[in-house]
Amino acid sequence: MITTGIDVGSKNVKVVIQEDGKVLGKGSVLAGLDTGAAISEALDAALKDAGIARDKVEKLYATGAGRQEVKDADDSRTEVGADAAGIAYLFPEARTLIDVGAEEGRAIRVDDRGKVVDFAMNERCAAGAGAFTEAMARALEVPLEELGRLSLTSTKAVAMNAQCAVFGESEVVSLIHQKTEKKDIARAVHDAMATRITSMARRVGVEPQVALIGGVAKNPGFVDSLQRDLEMKVFIPDDPEFVSALGVALLAAGIVE
Amino acid sequence: MAKYKTAPLKSWERAKEIRADYYRNYEAAHEKGGLRWAGGAWTFDAVPAGLGDDVYPITSEPYGATIAFQKDFSDRCLEAAERAGYARDLCAYMRNYWGSIILNEYGWVDPGEERKPFPKPDFIWQDHICCSHAKWYQVVSDLEGGIPEYCVDVSVGPYEKTTEHGIDYVVGQLSDGIDWLEKVTGRKYDDEKLIKAVYNTCRAESTWAEICMLNQAVPAPLEEKTMYSLYVLGTLQKSSQAVADYYDELKAEVQDRVANGIAAVENEHARVMTDTQPPWGFLRVFRYMAEKYGCVSVGSLYTFALIGNWIWKDGKFVPRPTPQSLGVEIKDRDQALRVLVEWELSKPEWQHFYHPKYKSDMMIQIAKDWKLNGVMLHYNRGCEGLSLGIAENRLAILDAGFPVMVFEGNMGDEREFDEGRTMARIDSFMESLGVPKLA
Repeated sequence: MITTGIDVGSKNVKVVIQEDGKVLGKGSVLAGLDTGAAISEALDAALKDAGIARDKVEKLYATGAGRQEVKDADDSRTEVGADAAGIAYLFPEARTLIDVGAEEGRAIRVDDRGKVVDFAMNERCAAGAGAFTEAMARALEVPLEELGRLSLTSTKAVAMNAQCAVFGESEVVSLIHQKTEKKDIARAVHDAMATRITSMARRVGVEPQVALIGGVAKNPGFVDSLQRDLEMKVFIPDDPEFVSALGVALLAAGIVE
Repeated sequence: MAKYKTAPLKSWERAKEIRADYYRNYEAAHEKGGLRWAGGAWTFDAVPAGLGDDVYPITSEPYGATIAFQKDFSDRCLEAAERAGYARDLCAYMRNYWGSIILNEYGWVDPGEERKPFPKPDFIWQDHICCSHAKWYQVVSDLEGGIPEYCVDVSVGPYEKTTEHGIDYVVGQLSDGIDWLEKVTGRKYDDEKLIKAVYNTCRAESTWAEICMLNQAVPAPLEEKTMYSLYVLGTLQKSSQAVADYYDELKAEVQDRVANGIAAVENEHARVMTDTQPPWGFLRVFRYMAEKYGCVSVGSLYTFALIGNWIWKDGKFVPRPTPQSLGVEIKDRDQALRVLVEWELSKPEWQHFYHPKYKSDMMIQIAKDWKLNGVMLHYNRGCEGLSLGIAENRLAILDAGFPVMVFEGNMGDEREFDEGRTMARIDSFMESLGVPKLA
């Protein structure tokens, strides 16, 4: 059965088309202000990538903060349920799942059947999410894509106390004025964010194996900081930002429950 | 087709009437030659009752919540308090209350009428249950140009460790307080009215607990949003005859609902509870759970046990029998004060100021006996006292085998509550509980 999963995130719309557990195509576009248009565009991109027409898709499920915007969805699941379904398929050994997206961080503990046991999310604060690194990259005048690699070249831990994106930015400016090297500030940014995420993960209980998904999983500086803070390796699937979309596509097909 | 039959509460209008009369009577007290007094919902309100039947209270927490429910007015009150220099992280009820005084606008508005000036109390009768409560009224007194204030120290708990000496200490303060009340009001104190008010207090609080017990039934005859409008009568004036009588009437009606299988939520599929104060401006959260998932919140520790009086008996959490039902006959002032103090200090909601384990134990027992699927905890930035130890409560409830959802908010400051994100969290929680959306 060919099914589609659409994840309408706060920054990007991601689409996965699958058949019998095999990904046929993917699409991702900026959500922007016109979410409906972004959903259509992302779906078209995924269909083109899969090389199939829309009428070949038998079921379409939605997830993400804007899932209600997917008007022709057959059903929807929350981000927590979608994450758990996706990782249960990709990495069934995972018992703890960390999802760090643009505006939200989540920690989910699942049992050996992939069922959600407990979860935690960041509240009205973006300090534990991708928006934080974006703001800090701007403050450092470094392209976001470079921030992670720059961070990895640092061998010096600099304390950054701010727990808030606004105060974090002013702290970065202070560190710049103190002539702290950019690479060390970059590491401090990732360390601070990792501390916040691991604290949230420990609220639900960190049980190995740990999987990391979401767009921020592609930032090697954050991954390094997170693994140091957790004192363990984390599993990162290919295309970590598409795991939620894959999860609902698999749920639509009945491949996972 | 609905799973259960449902019907509105027949006594609902009477509850609304009692609340409206309460705020109107306070406001109009001077027109009838009466007195106004202010104090917390926890205060020993049976004591000022001895000054006469024309002495009307306004209790601070329900007043703060009443303002919070009126979001536009609440925003103005909070901003007024902040402009006056009071910090945003103080008790949200208190800031709403202070703002109402600073703006000189009364929180109660009858339909079709203009908002009236805040009616200044003649005296303050308070007790010091948390770090805010005494200071709260010190500021009220200052803002109003000096109002006589009497504050009772009740730090003799927890109840299971309260000694006779501790009871004596509080009784002594109340006894001195009666002298003080006579002095500041110029009225002669009537011990018979005190005794009657103490009996009413015990009857109202025991009966409310019995009503909450009835919610063990499946389907639940009451849901939390409605219970907030019912329990609040006790927080307004637990010592009044009207409230005690109303709870008797309500109990009979709820018994009838249980006997006839009348549900609060017609498609009850899941049951949860919350812990303490809700975000008052967003009670539709409960309707959302009911309408989207058939999930009924059967109450909270706050609705059950701020007014309800309970005891542990044979490992169960059950309504505390009134002294009068056990044959106690109150004969004089000292005995009345002693009965009142011993009764009030045993109330469950007082206990978790002392240690999180009390709250955890009570919530776990409720989760078991009220047959809950999960528990929702409000990380309430608006109340330091009742949020104390809440992360410990979460761990204990999880350890007992009940899934827990936490959400951050503020009981009285809507600026600290993210409705959309809370609804999204509820969706995730319901999904993780395996509760499907209603068709």
